[in-house]
Amino acid sequence: MSNREKIAEKVRQWLKPADRRRLRRDDGGADTRFAEGADAVMNKRLDRRQALKAMVTGAAAGAAVVQTACSPLGGGSEKAQLNWEEYFKKNYRLMTDEERAATVTRLERLSKLEQNADPHIQTTPPQKGVLFGYAFNISKCQGYMDCVKACIEENNLDRGSNMQYIRIFEIENGQDGLASANGDFYHEVPAEGHYYLGTQCFHCENPPCVKVCPVGATWKEDDGIVVVDYDWCIGCRYCEAACPYFGRRFNWSTPQIPADEVNQEQHYLGNRPRKKGVMEKCTFCVQRTRKGKLPACVEACPTGARVFGNLLDPDSEIRYVLANKKVFRLKEELGTEPKFWYFTD
Amino acid sequence: MSKPNPIHFFKDAFVTATSGSLRYHLWMGCLTFLMILGSYAYWVQLREGLVVTGMTDHVSWGMYISNFTFLVGLAAAAVMLVLPTYILDDVDFGRAVLIGEGVAVSALVMCLAFVTVDLGGPHRAWHLIPKLGYFNWPQSLLTWDVLVLNGYLALNLLIPFYILYSHYKGEKPDKRKYLPFVVLSVFWAVGIHLVTAFLYAGLPARPFWHNALLGPRFLASAFAAGPGFIILVLGVIHTQTAYTIRSVIFDKLAMITTVAAQINLVMLGSELFVEFYHPTEHAESAMYLFFGLDGHDALVPWIRTAIVLNVVATVVLSLHPLRRRRPILLASCALLFLAIWIEKGMGMVVPGFIPGPLGDVVDYSPTWVEIWITGGIWAMGFFFLSALTKVAIEIETGRMVHVSARKGGEDA
Repeated sequence: MSNREKIAEKVRQWLKPADRRRLRRDDGGADTRFAEGADAVMNKRLDRRQALKAMVTGAAAGAAVVQTACSPLGGGSEKAQLNWEEYFKKNYRLMTDEERAATVTRLERLSKLEQNADPHIQTTPPQKGVLFGYAFNISKCQGYMDCVKACIEENNLDRGSNMQYIRIFEIENGQDGLASANGDFYHEVPAEGHYYLGTQCFHCENPPCVKVCPVGATWKEDDGIVVVDYDWCIGCRYCEAACPYFGRRFNWSTPQIPADEVNQEQHYLGNRPRKKGVMEKCTFCVQRTRKGKLPACVEACPTGARVFGNLLDPDSEIRYVLANKKVFRLKEELGTEPKFWYFTD
Repeated sequence: MSKPNPIHFFKDAFVTATSGSLRYHLWMGCLTFLMILGSYAYWVQLREGLVVTGMTDHVSWGMYISNFTFLVGLAAAAVMLVLPTYILDDVDFGRAVLIGEGVAVSALVMCLAFVTVDLGGPHRAWHLIPKLGYFNWPQSLLTWDVLVLNGYLALNLLIPFYILYSHYKGEKPDKRKYLPFVVLSVFWAVGIHLVTAFLYAGLPARPFWHNALLGPRFLASAFAAGPGFIILVLGVIHTQTAYTIRSVIFDKLAMITTVAAQINLVMLGSELFVEFYHPTEHAESAMYLFFGLDGHDALVPWIRTAIVLNVVATVVLSLHPLRRRRPILLASCALLFLAIWIEKGMGMVVPGFIPGPLGDVVDYSPTWVEIWITGGIWAMGFFFLSALTKVAIEIETGRMVHVSARKGGEDA
């Protein structure tokens, strides 16, 4: 609702239905829903009763303007009003469906006002009978990094700091673990005598990051995805210290994404653009996977090293891998129960 | 005249805190200047984001949280004065205890400021308020810390206020009224520091912190640095004001400092033994801290300086003839304070992140913005400490009393 409409609404509350109709009829301008008090007074020939009404209207409109202008974010502009309401919204988990719809409306409108963008922000809930899991084939990965690129584009990652959720480690054959791994290589791949291992958020069943968050801004959804409420996070970075897999990223400055590269198909808990000073992380592409699509990294992988699916579906590919391949997980001794397995052909 | 009420008290306290000798004004002026510089730096940080600090996704806590951790210890150490004075009725400490509580309040104010400047979204901090926000208690140790720090701050404001206000009115404070809170604050002090240690020790992702010795070690180092700092403050008060501190107070505090410093060194030795006798992958942080790793050695000069200072100060303090000489005592307390500040701040927080969970070794060093903000917060702490101490001294020496009490006779 625009500010002008808000004022109109306020004024309407002051008037009887008959007066409302008369004011509307009197107003010759384009806005037929509502005649502003000042116009009514200045431009019309009025009888005493009408004049009185109009003055009341004007006073009410004035009061409404003062009221909006006094909101601490000031301005009285629609943007300020929306930001004001956004500031006081609840933790996403505590919102009713109506409140969720309202914040999505506000966020979409703000994108329009601020970036002239038209995002579609979903709030698709976890689907029943779904628990997502991921498997990574270290025999197949060749270190091409197409997954990294796809992830950046799909998830609106900050181009300014070159943020990446996925890391690909180059490890010498015969070595295991990450101690001898090289996470920053800039040469032709695949390198002779090496294998490649990718990491990202492992969406632990027992996530240490969730436990430590002082404000409950991060949690595990029913489909196993660990998400962050970007508007609730206070940016203390305790979760970043608690994560044993380097799965979390912080927005040290305002994220930069070229306007024409923003993915407008968004999820509230997924890839909608973040602000500075909040945490973010891989969400298994929640905006895609809850609609039955594969995560961007899986779709982009040219070697088929990435397997994603529903752990509760006995016919899924991920279940086949877990049943038939030799699998392992990183740092199992920590009891975090990652839903991310590694396997070989 | 009118009956004394808290408004009179605060008005008089304000006048007392804002008047004084030229030296006092110069001192407070310098602190104010540093605070203004710090505020400017903080404004820059708010505008640009935490990118203006030296922190990264690899080392995601730095100087702010280091100082926070150290200062929680300083605040907790006030209990070392509170315990004997109020509970054991040790009159020797009577004059020093209000100063100790002033130190605690100032340290807590700094703690809260350091946590706030470390937040990415300080304007969203209201999310932490129970009921209004979402307080993830008891799961998150950070919520425990919020509770215990604010509770401790309240206790350390309440008790001295009651005592000073009674003296201001020319009355004797009623022990039955404040003793329960004193007892509570003693336990609370141990609590704040253990909880802060658990904040780190509860993270299996960081082997350097994930050990049972961290909590006890925090307490030992706090009870060395804290009373050491109070000795320094009392030294300044003794020479600069009319409020004389008896030697026996210095002796007792020095004894506490010495024993705590010795225990701290024993624990350090135990830690070094476990890390280096048979180094595992988990010893890499310690390796980084003391010797450097893969050519990265930003912390090595710091921690070595800290160890040397620590050992020298502890040895000097352990020798009775040296400890009893005031200048040597003050100097070794200063060294000890500095050593523990390095060891427990940067030397404890930063190596926890190096190497990272996936083996990355990324150095951290603070930027100028961080240093100025840190300086500003310390200046704020000293500002509070100076003002609080001045008011407390003027009341205790009978120079700040309510008009009605003044008429009643000079018995305060």
